[in-house]
Amino acid sequence: MKYNEQVRNLLYLNKRNFNLSNYTMAGHSHFSPSNVEEHFEFTAEGRKRVIYAFLAGLVALVVGIYLLSRGEHDAAHAVAEHGSAGHDVAKAAAEHGSHESGGAASHHVAAYDWTTRIWANLWLNGVYFTGIAVIGMFFVSIQYLAKAGWSSVVKRVAEAFPPFLIISGSVLLLVFLFKGDVIFHWMHEGITDKGSEHYDKIIAGKSGYLNKGFFLGRMIFFFVGWLLLWNWMRKKSLAEDLEGGTENFYQMVKIGTIFILLMGISSSMGAWDWVMSIDTHWFSTMFGWYMFSSWHVTGLATLTLTVLLLKDKGYMQYVNFNHLHDLGKFMFAFSIFWTYVWFAQFLLIYYANFPEETIYFLERWEGHDKIYKATEILNVFFNFFFPFLVMMSRDAKRTPIFLKICCCFIIVGHYLDFYQMIMPGTVGKHGGYGLVEFGMVAMFASAFVYVVSTQLTKASLIAKNHPFLEEALHHDI
Amino acid sequence: MDSTERYLVGVYDDDEEVVAAVTEVKNSGVKIEEVYTPFPIHGLDVAIGHPRTRIPIAAFMFGCLGLICIVSLISYTMYFDWPMIIGGKDYFALPDFIPVSFEGTVLFTAFGMVGTFLVSNSLWPGKVPRTFDLRSTDDKFIMAINMAKNKKSESEIETILRASGAIEVNVKQF
Repeated sequence: MKYNEQVRNLLYLNKRNFNLSNYTMAGHSHFSPSNVEEHFEFTAEGRKRVIYAFLAGLVALVVGIYLLSRGEHDAAHAVAEHGSAGHDVAKAAAEHGSHESGGAASHHVAAYDWTTRIWANLWLNGVYFTGIAVIGMFFVSIQYLAKAGWSSVVKRVAEAFPPFLIISGSVLLLVFLFKGDVIFHWMHEGITDKGSEHYDKIIAGKSGYLNKGFFLGRMIFFFVGWLLLWNWMRKKSLAEDLEGGTENFYQMVKIGTIFILLMGISSSMGAWDWVMSIDTHWFSTMFGWYMFSSWHVTGLATLTLTVLLLKDKGYMQYVNFNHLHDLGKFMFAFSIFWTYVWFAQFLLIYYANFPEETIYFLERWEGHDKIYKATEILNVFFNFFFPFLVMMSRDAKRTPIFLKICCCFIIVGHYLDFYQMIMPGTVGKHGGYGLVEFGMVAMFASAFVYVVSTQLTKASLIAKNHPFLEEALHHDI
Repeated sequence: MDSTERYLVGVYDDDEEVVAAVTEVKNSGVKIEEVYTPFPIHGLDVAIGHPRTRIPIAAFMFGCLGLICIVSLISYTMYFDWPMIIGGKDYFALPDFIPVSFEGTVLFTAFGMVGTFLVSNSLWPGKVPRTFDLRSTDDKFIMAINMAKNKKSESEIETILRASGAIEVNVKQF
């Protein structure tokens, strides 16, 4: 009995942060967490800060676009004088055996317009933040599917991510509808038209899958499916708070199962559609896994960081070092998983040495005046070496500051990962890290923070009637 | 092995009681050798005050050993002894070596850890296991106290054990 009291005191040391109106401990030997509620408050000051960050991003973006429009004008002259635009890529494309009219990239070089960088950035951030948002739902689903106990304390945070899908999905949809042809090679005018001078036999062969109608249908189906399932899950989750019992829990297990099935298909197809089809000639059978793992680890890092920041603000004191340790293990493991998939994709291509496959890495390593080389190196450093070495020890995973640093590295690192997936195929040698990139990231990130914070206020941070909550509160590893 | 190792064995029949008893016995100045339970009890290792396990360090060392062995083997055979070109790459094509280095690291760690487990739990072949009380695999919780490491007399310790809730106190010699 003494031991139990000790644990209770440890867990509920910081009682002042709870809404204690219904919570009576005196003369009550059996403690029940079902009376505890905790509500996140998105203060006016917090709101203001997020909006300022958004506006700062907007200003940076506008200035960036202005500079871009002038800079590209000058650069166009320089390239014309130089007279050998994109020679690396052209050379690599020439090796590409069965290709008929020029190279994949030479189309882009010929038709390059400086505004492409804006659309490419919108697309990049749209895909990246879609990943973080959908992984919130994915995390909750796998926890239900596995009937995991420990994660019930952080469940509400993960549950708050998916509403951002409405924004990121709309961005992707609009960019695709209006500017799809500047991002996707396969959408170029006349590329599947046999009579046209732009006709491309390989791309025409893929048009059964890569055509505007089917692509749009898939995109809408995935986003609507994700959001509907999330909405359903959320309803059950809130109903559980009111009703208690296990009925809602079992229904959420079912919803989670359906979501995992959808996610299995949609994450792979999304990867092919939204990212891999930018480099239309190239393909990799590992790509679905590769992009999914990148999404997953980013989502986990965002979840961990959100939990840590909430804890710093005095919320969620029931999340103890053991839960953080588990989140840290998740991040550590999936950083390694990402590396595994990244390396598997690289090794197969490196080993087989087919020109039409190696062009993808050559383009990033030495193509486009080598502007993507640094990103490639940082990508592996941020996403593998840093989290691997820093988070290997038990103590690091139980120390909030280490976790926070790792979360930041992973979040930035996977932005770089998506950057190097999307940028070389869209803007090529006109890419770089400028005000456009920073402004766009600031805008998306602050919008994400705003949406998640608003969502967090809508329900108790502690899922008080979760059947495994008691187990989670006593989590000890 | 010293044949006159003498242990006092306290038998408890409740998991919460044994954790409380550990603290109590420790506070009265008795050094506990080990506690055996039918199932893992959270917080017991903290209560006994065992030092942090060095198992991860052993794992890391075995992993490093594996990595060094495999990289040495592969670079000796593929580069120094009989240089071979595979797939048109350099003799020392590092990416090709990574999968086997990884597997070698895992293999050495796994085997090394099995060995470490056997040694640290005194389970190597031919070793007669020390069982303080067979009921620790059934429904009893056993606290072993090494008399050689304690200054208090047996009767004193027995009183402490009984006061902390032990249902039996036995003597065991190895």
